[in-house]
Amino acid sequence: MSSMIEFRNVQKYYGDFHALKDINLEIDKGETVVLIGPSGSGKSTLSRTVNGLETIQEGQLIVNGRDIAERSTDINRIRRDVGMVFQHFNLYANKDVLENIMLAPRIVLKMNEDENKKQAMALLDQVGLADKAHNMPSQISGGQKQRVAIARSLAMKPRCMLFDEPTSALDPEMIDDVLKVIKYVTSQSDMTSLIVTHEMGFAQEVANRVIFMADGEILEDDNKDTFFNHPTNERATQFLSKIIKH
Amino acid sequence: MIHLLTSNWSEFISGFGWTLLSSVLALFFSLIIGSLFAILEVVPNKFLRIIGNIYVEIFRNIPLLVITMFFYLVIPLYIVKINGFTAGTIGLTIYTSAFIAETVRAGINSVDPGQMEAARGQGMTFWQAMRYIVLPQAFKYVIPPLGNQFVNLVKNSSVLAFVAGFDLMYQGNAIASQTFDTVNTYVIVGIFYLIITLPISYYMQHLEKKLA
Ligand SMILES: Nc1ncnc2c1ncn2[C@@H]1O[C@H](COP(=O)(O)OP(=O)(O)O)[C@@H](O)[C@H]1O
Ligand SMILES: [Mg+2]
Repeated sequence: MSSMIEFRNVQKYYGDFHALKDINLEIDKGETVVLIGPSGSGKSTLSRTVNGLETIQEGQLIVNGRDIAERSTDINRIRRDVGMVFQHFNLYANKDVLENIMLAPRIVLKMNEDENKKQAMALLDQVGLADKAHNMPSQISGGQKQRVAIARSLAMKPRCMLFDEPTSALDPEMIDDVLKVIKYVTSQSDMTSLIVTHEMGFAQEVANRVIFMADGEILEDDNKDTFFNHPTNERATQFLSKIIKH
Repeated sequence: MIHLLTSNWSEFISGFGWTLLSSVLALFFSLIIGSLFAILEVVPNKFLRIIGNIYVEIFRNIPLLVITMFFYLVIPLYIVKINGFTAGTIGLTIYTSAFIAETVRAGINSVDPGQMEAARGQGMTFWQAMRYIVLPQAFKYVIPPLGNQFVNLVKNSSVLAFVAGFDLMYQGNAIASQTFDTVNTYVIVGIFYLIITLPISYYMQHLEKKLA
C-alpha cells in the first residue's frame, strides 16, 4: 500500500478519439514525477483523470486506495486529498485572495473559521503574498495568481498535488518565484506530486522520475538520471534535444 | 385628456394596480422558476438536462396568448376554477420563465469553465460550486438581458385583458368603448405602462454600471 496513484490498463476516449492508450503507471507516496511530451500527447488528460475531471472508459485508476472508476467511489472525497494547479490559475474571480484560500476548507472540510483564517494567512505568507490578502484576482499578476492558486490547493491539506503546466502562461520573469514555491511543496516528504512541465532545468532538480508521453502513450518511464542521461526511446531523445536547445 | 383621466380615475388606477400586481408576482415567480430551469439545463445529469430543455423549448415557442387561454379555459374544466387574473398571471409567469431560463443559462455558460473545474477539483459539489462561484459571476452577465425580460413582462401583462383580468389594458378597452375617446384613452394607458417600465430600465442600467 505504498502507491498513491495507480493506473491499470487505463483507456480514455473523447468520442472516437483514443486519448489515453493502455496507461500503466504507479506513483508511490512521496514521489515527485514529472510528465513531459509534445503538445497534444495527452499530458493534461492523464493528470486530469487522477482527480476525476476527466472520466476513463476502461481500466482501473486507484487514487489513495480508492478506484476512481468504481461507481460507488465518492469522487468529492478523493478530490479533497488531491490538489490541482492549472495552467490558467482559475482563481475564483468573484472572491478576494483570502477567500479563494478559505472557501473550500470552510464548505468542504467544515474547518473552524479562526483556524481557517490563520491557516490561510500562514499559507499566503509562505508564498510571499501576505500583503495581497484583500486583493481581487484581477488585481494581481499572473505569477502571484499562480502562487495563490497553490496556496489554495494546500489549504485542503492534500496528500497529492497535480500541476498542469503551472508556468506556461507566465511571463519569464515570474516563473522562478512560482517554481520556488512548487519546489518547496514537492520537498515535503509525504507529498506526492505529478508535474506536467516544459521547464527541464526545474524537472532535473525536483523529479524522482520522468515520464515521456506521445500520442496518448507512455513511451518512457525512468528515474531522473537515466532519463536525462541515457533515454532509450527515440522520440524521447528527439524531444529532449529539441527542448533543451531552446 | 385630463377630463378623461379624472372622470375614469378609479378604473385607470384599479387597472394599473392589477397590472402592477400581476407583473410583480410574475416577475418574482418567473425569476425563481426560470433560474431553476436554467440550472437544470446545465447539470451533469443528462435526464434532468433534457427535462429543462423541453420545458424551455415548449414555452418559449408558444404564443403567450395560447398559454394564457389554456390556463383560463382548460384548467378550470378539469382541475380547479381560476379567475382571469390568476390564469393570466400564471400564463405570464410560465412564458417569461422560459425566456429567463435561456437568459440565465447563457450567463452561466459565459462563466469560464475553469471556475467550475477549480471548485469541483477542491471537492465542492456541483451545487456548492454553482452557488458560491458560478452563479454570482453569471449574475453580472445576466443583468442587462434580464432587465429587458422584466420590461417585456410588464408589456406582456396586457394579455390579461383577453381573459378579463381587470388590468390596465382591460380597463382601457372598457373606457374606450364607453367614451369613444380611443386616442386619449390609449395614450393614458401607454403612460401608465411607462410609469412601471421606465424605472425598471433605469434601475437595471444603474445596476449594470455599479457591477461593471
Ligand atoms: N475535451 C476534449 N474533447 C475532445 N478532444 C480533446 C479534449 N481534450 C483534449 N482533447 C484531445 O486529446 C489530445 C490530448 O490532449 P491534452 O491532454 O490536452 O494534451 P497535452 O496536455 O499533452 O497537450 C489532443 O489531441 C486533444 O485535442
Ligand atoms: Mg496540456
